[in-house]
Amino acid sequence: MSLLSGQRAWLLQRVTAVYAGLYVFLAVAWLLARPPSDHAAWHALVTQPVVWLATALFLLLLLLHAWIGLRDVVLDYLRPASLRLTVLVLAGGGFLLLALWGFWILIEAALR
Amino acid sequence: MTSEVRPVFLDLRKIRLPINALVSILHRVTGVLLIVSIPLVLGLFALSLSGPEGFSDAAAALRHPLGRLLLLGWFWLLMHHFFVGIRFLLLEVGIGETRQGSRDTAWSSLAAGVVSALLLWVLFL
Repeated sequence: MSLLSGQRAWLLQRVTAVYAGLYVFLAVAWLLARPPSDHAAWHALVTQPVVWLATALFLLLLLLHAWIGLRDVVLDYLRPASLRLTVLVLAGGGFLLLALWGFWILIEAALR
Repeated sequence: MTSEVRPVFLDLRKIRLPINALVSILHRVTGVLLIVSIPLVLGLFALSLSGPEGFSDAAAALRHPLGRLLLLGWFWLLMHHFFVGIRFLLLEVGIGETRQGSRDTAWSSLAAGVVSALLLWVLFL
């Protein structure tokens, strides 16, 4: 995992945290101010280009953030190495599936 | 390798965590639980976008007593992770590094997480 370790992972964890934090803040503020009343309004909001792109980027960066954080936790607490590797492989596969599923939801919504 | 036997104290019932250690470990716990929640959130997101019926089903799920309870817990996970995350970023730029300062920001972030979670819960339902 030399691609995402050490200083690079440290920095990426922070950059993704700032983006995810801003996204969550804005999403919460928007949904509180203008809660979508029905499916049409909700669908229109999600598929609006700026929102759609911001959400797709959020999904990608959030999963990167989650991977780096989970990796830290696993490396700190899990022993032996075989258990560590098993959990990391399962988690990595899980994150890939979540990314595919998330993007599929967004693409499907845009095509509908 | 040294033959010296070093003391190990890992009795979790007897370890008293200072407040900054408590919010820190809770940051990790909430992070892991938020990861576990991603499939649920994505499922709800997909359902809500699937059509008018799916949208009202998703809304109904959130208004169900169990849904409400989960939502409260989820808001706390999110808000605790959010505010303690901000605290860590501030620490890294040198804000709150003194002993008292780090205690103050730890208490503040813990309280902000709890209060904002309750507030969001009340406002959204």
